[in-house]
Amino acid sequence: MATVLEVSVRVGRRSEAVLLAIAGAIAIAARAFVDANAGPGIDGSLAVYSAAVVAIAAAAHVLVRLKAPDADPVLLPAVFALNGLGLAMLRRIDFAYLDRGRDTSFAQTQTLWALIGTVSALIVVAVLPDHRLLRRYTYTAGVLGLVGLLLPLAPGLGREVNGARIWVSVFGRSLQPGEFAKIAFVIFFAGYLVSHRDTLALAGPKVLGIRLPRPRDLGPILVVWAAALLVQVAERDLGASLLFFGLFVAMLYVATQRISWVIVGVGLFAVGAVMAGTLFSHVGARYDAWLNALDAEVYDSGKSYQLVQGLFGMASGGLFGTGLGDGSPTLVPYAESDFIMASLGEELGLTGLMAILSLYLVVVQRALRAAIGVRDGFGKLVAAGLGFAMALQLFVVVGGVTRVIPLTGLTTPFLAYGGSSMIANWWGVALLLRISDVARAGATASATAARVAR
Amino acid sequence: MNEPIRRLSVVALLLFLILMVAASWVQFATAGELGEDARNVRTLYRQFGSFRGPIIVDGQAIVSSVPVDDPFNYQRVYTDGPLYAPVTGYYSIGPGRSGLEATQNALLNGSADALFWTRLGELFAGQEQEGASVQLTLDADVQRAAYDAMGSNRGAVVALDPRTGAILAMVSTPSYDPAGLAVHSSSEANRLYSALLADQTDPLINRAIGGDTYPPGSTFKLIVAAAALDSGYTPETLIYAPQELALPGTTATIKNYGGERCGASDNIPLGDALRVSCNTAFADLAMRLGWGVIERTAAKFGWDQSLEIPLDVTPSRLPDNPNEPQIAQSGIGQYDVRATPLQMAMVAAAIANNGILMKPYLVSTVRDPDLREIERTSPEVLSSSLSRDTAGALNAMMQAVVADGTGRNAQIAGITVAGKTGTAETGNDAAPHAWFVAFAPANDPVVAVAVLVENGGDLGNEATGGRVAAPIAKAVIQAAIASATGGT
Repeated sequence: MATVLEVSVRVGRRSEAVLLAIAGAIAIAARAFVDANAGPGIDGSLAVYSAAVVAIAAAAHVLVRLKAPDADPVLLPAVFALNGLGLAMLRRIDFAYLDRGRDTSFAQTQTLWALIGTVSALIVVAVLPDHRLLRRYTYTAGVLGLVGLLLPLAPGLGREVNGARIWVSVFGRSLQPGEFAKIAFVIFFAGYLVSHRDTLALAGPKVLGIRLPRPRDLGPILVVWAAALLVQVAERDLGASLLFFGLFVAMLYVATQRISWVIVGVGLFAVGAVMAGTLFSHVGARYDAWLNALDAEVYDSGKSYQLVQGLFGMASGGLFGTGLGDGSPTLVPYAESDFIMASLGEELGLTGLMAILSLYLVVVQRALRAAIGVRDGFGKLVAAGLGFAMALQLFVVVGGVTRVIPLTGLTTPFLAYGGSSMIANWWGVALLLRISDVARAGATASATAARVAR
Repeated sequence: MNEPIRRLSVVALLLFLILMVAASWVQFATAGELGEDARNVRTLYRQFGSFRGPIIVDGQAIVSSVPVDDPFNYQRVYTDGPLYAPVTGYYSIGPGRSGLEATQNALLNGSADALFWTRLGELFAGQEQEGASVQLTLDADVQRAAYDAMGSNRGAVVALDPRTGAILAMVSTPSYDPAGLAVHSSSEANRLYSALLADQTDPLINRAIGGDTYPPGSTFKLIVAAAALDSGYTPETLIYAPQELALPGTTATIKNYGGERCGASDNIPLGDALRVSCNTAFADLAMRLGWGVIERTAAKFGWDQSLEIPLDVTPSRLPDNPNEPQIAQSGIGQYDVRATPLQMAMVAAAIANNGILMKPYLVSTVRDPDLREIERTSPEVLSSSLSRDTAGALNAMMQAVVADGTGRNAQIAGITVAGKTGTAETGNDAAPHAWFVAFAPANDPVVAVAVLVENGGDLGNEATGGRVAAPIAKAVIQAAIASATGGT
């Protein structure tokens, strides 16, 4: 078995260590710039922070080496780098608010969330020997997802913030259960679809050249999905409904391999979008703010104020940015959450934004690569679902901020302020690490087998 | 299922490409456009965030930029704001800029062509762009004396060095404090600006040069007298001065102040007519001389001409083609004759400077951040208003006004002051405007001054130029002479 060990070294634990070191260096350097330019200067707290970054990176590396030795070596460093940039930016925003007399502690709180996220993700990697175990909990996941979405509507528990009722208050802390519901639904969709993919794809009447599945095959998933959408519409969570719809269509497509579902899905979406625009005034206002953002009338009414301020911020960043700590990101409302990308664009410039988008793209493509590599259908669907969900989420958030699509509220994974999103996304990374481990272990095992056979 | 996943990864890649194109669009392609948007306060931050040069009077910065810890980095500070506001103007993120802050903006913020080499040096040294300092001709003591003497009166004071045209004082009251408009909150600045705009006393208007011009009243008699002297009259020439002058073609008449006679007989010397400010005499004289002569003389003093000092000066105006009664009214500075206080100061200055009118100016030197001189205003002749003899004769006549006429209140022990009073009817029921123009010392003038007090100030209908405006002019002259003798 000595050869197997040799091969497993080749799959990249050493590159992971190097990449993690680079990611850690980025995190520490970003914080140092913030302290020097916007804060009280570099002091002892930077050393403490640096030590923590090194410690957590080392712990993550050792644990992955032990528990998921064949896992993708790029995922963890990419997420670490994003996390580090996000924490530095939040610290910078804290300083900016402090200048304006508002005492915030986004960075401090978020550091705690990031720590909890990382540690819990590592625990998931450690205690979950095989992602296929999750398939047993398909329906549990579906129910949990729905309950999670419904919680904010519960009287006394739910909280409405800025028009969206997507928060619950637990022990004085606000929680966004929708973030966890995303993971739950990926598991539910994957488990259900992998069991019913054949009947979904092959049985059923043909209408207008498209084979429709039998109602009893599609029924349960349709019910869950429609309920999820309805709840989100009721909660006015436009971004999340967009995300869930796209996720569902994508996973259905992967499971059935039928492009017709994509066409039907996109068609339905278009109809839904137009109807929502005419039926709901708050949706219509979003369209107006998007299409006519710079019109004096729309701007003065306040509808497009945030969007336009975000554009101003990014424009002032230009190619290379103002430099960390030298811009004015807090001119944009919610610079720490919905508009964290505008804040980063302003201070790190187009160059920085491209780098960040590339980091996300790496995560997405690695997730989809794991989906291709893994052999079981459930794993394929979970990995593809998680990867595509991240791509879609980024598109909805950054597309909203850069005026590609109307602005809707969604968190930016690993960057935006918010504990639920941070933890849920780390759990997603844990699943991806686990699946990629299986995928690459299979590949290396067969490669070894082939070599041994020769 | 691998084929659809591969396609999905292509879709994901496309989504990211769209985002990257969109980010480039915002941060590169349209960044300039967005940066110039008036609603973009970051542009304000950049504009207001650089070190702006100071405005200096007598070696002291009356306006300067000091570093502060807010997004703008620098706060514009106005020392004695209300005292200098009519000259400096304001520099505000709300209503923008005015006064010298507006006209000298390119120099103050460092973007002027004259500062090209300085900017280049800063660029290589990695320093931020700094503005030039603008040194004014104002004399702090004279300015202070004029402002204090005006007290609560509405009006303006202008003091010139008649030999050069340098403006020694320019006061307009009531004034305002530009510091209030310089706050780094556009809403607060705009609120204050609206309040200043709505203020009935128009504190934002520099009454010395802009906004409303005023009927010059009897001070305009200097122009008519100058026209007469240039047409062959002498101070001794007897002119017609009845108790009441009937205006041709109307039933209207012109009377003297208080309805009194100007002299023992109906014919008095031109010099006496000016000394007692005889209305009937100058009204009749204006009709005899004809409008064309008066118009040409006034033009040589600056009427109907625009002027930049470098603040824009509203041209003083004359009536178009007046008929005989209107000429008579115009001869005593009423009807449609209008003048700025600066214009009247220029009249005094030209007479004081042997008939040569120097161009008034406010900025003496401009220095770059390293204190190298990059601009210096040299005195310039604006026009030859009077012959030397005419100026001399008028000078003597004006000395008589102060020595033994309507301007006694401007007398200063040991200094011969030459002056002319004016009390201008404002048409409606409001009290008359009080004027006084003067220069001193009469034999070697170092200061020419014009004082305007709107609606008679505290005295209201009881006011005359001699009672209200002459004491103010006296205070200014004393300060200017003290400064001139102390300085040399």
